[in-house]
Amino acid sequence: MTIDKGDNGSTGAAGESPPGAGEVTAPPPRSASQIEFRLDPASGVPTYLQLVQQVEHALRLGYLKPGDQLPKVRDAVASLAINPNTVLKAYRELENKGLAAGRPGQGTFIRATLSQVALPELAGLRKSLLVWLDAADAAGLDEDGVVALFTSALRDFYKRRADQAVHGRAASDDNETEGVA
Amino acid sequence: MNMKTIIDTEGLGKRYGNSWALRECTLEIPAGHVAALVGPNGAGKTTLLNLAVGLAEPSAGSVSVLGGHPAGSPAALDGIAFVAQDTPMYKNLSVAEMLHLTRNLNRFFDQHQAKARLADLGIPLKRKAGKLSGGQQAQLALTLALARRPRMLVLDEPVAMLDPIARHDFMATVLTATAEDGVSVLLSSHVLAELERVADYLILMSRGRVQVVGEVDDLLASHRVLTGPAAEADRYTERPVVHVSRAEAQAHLLVRATADDPVPPGWEAHPVGLEELALGYLREPVAVSVPGPARGRHAEPSEVSR
Repeated sequence: MTIDKGDNGSTGAAGESPPGAGEVTAPPPRSASQIEFRLDPASGVPTYLQLVQQVEHALRLGYLKPGDQLPKVRDAVASLAINPNTVLKAYRELENKGLAAGRPGQGTFIRATLSQVALPELAGLRKSLLVWLDAADAAGLDEDGVVALFTSALRDFYKRRADQAVHGRAASDDNETEGVA
Repeated sequence: MNMKTIIDTEGLGKRYGNSWALRECTLEIPAGHVAALVGPNGAGKTTLLNLAVGLAEPSAGSVSVLGGHPAGSPAALDGIAFVAQDTPMYKNLSVAEMLHLTRNLNRFFDQHQAKARLADLGIPLKRKAGKLSGGQQAQLALTLALARRPRMLVLDEPVAMLDPIARHDFMATVLTATAEDGVSVLLSSHVLAELERVADYLILMSRGRVQVVGEVDDLLASHRVLTGPAAEADRYTERPVVHVSRAEAQAHLLVRATADDPVPPGWEAHPVGLEELALGYLREPVAVSVPGPARGRHAEPSEVSR
């Protein structure tokens, strides 16, 4: 399989010389939005969810602020070669979460920021986590073991939360699926 | 003009000599989707596409397109653009001559759009079609098809011969057309891996029959993979099992079940991807899943028969 770069327009359409002397290079074509989506096909996370998570991530890290426009559906479709309905679904999800809002004829815009835990609290949580990591290390767990244990505890924690929310009250004694891999 | 479906078939069949390339095909493909027709070689994909665009006559049953027009009728021909498997070109004609020819062979042709698109792609008008790279030939065929402003674009194995970049660019052009103009797309493919991000409607075929039909999200939500001890695999009967893959100790079951269905003790449930789902069904050509709305009247809904 060959990838011949010369053929994909990089030669500059014949006969059309670039306007001006060409010292100032034009900005790259897609820069209307603050962020650019990417996809990880190996992640196993559904495509629309990857887009949702990337917006949330960008909000946490400050790449996106309220009022910023998300990539236009057409642009996301063109750059990722994905189904337009996938982008629409992701934006609908962000709207349902109250993070974004659509403006008819204009696009989708960020309307809220993700609530951040105050910094001092974060430091305290980090310290207690380090204590726990010491204990795990002393018990003989390696890095992968720690990640596996943490991930499975995390999943159980939120699953139980969700179950409690569904059943109203905690069914504490008989938890049928306790499968920790 | 609001069309709800792009293709309706009723008991559709096509026979070549003594063998049926397509049998008892009853389908309603809703408009507004990128629908993928998937199956191994010889499954009947190209036959179904040829029947839909009017290049072949049914041996049994009927097929109509764009909300009820008989396949091959003038209204159907005007509304459908078809790009055949190997994007055939007149190799000695220049790109400009291909434009001219296509414009004169069709009732409507958006010359302006076609030229703008070719300029965007950096495809020179003077170049002979036969001298273009594979990716450029495919893009030229697609450009000519889209310039007819079709309501449905039919693509037979569009990217099978293209390198990864050309493949990506080709699909980006197709999907941008659906985003901008609402073109419905029906494409056949046996490249499963890339369909997940492209298609939102799946038609799985094997041995001349339709095996699975439905919106991708619905199909993924209604299937799960259960992983557990091989010894207990045969005892699982709560939900219909599509496919079992097993080793000495461990087994994976592809089952028709939602996230709300109970998981037996000792088993783990995982969501399934489109590729895994399609492979599971293709390995069990007799397993059928043709859910409610897309079905003909004589079918028991939502059952897996093994």
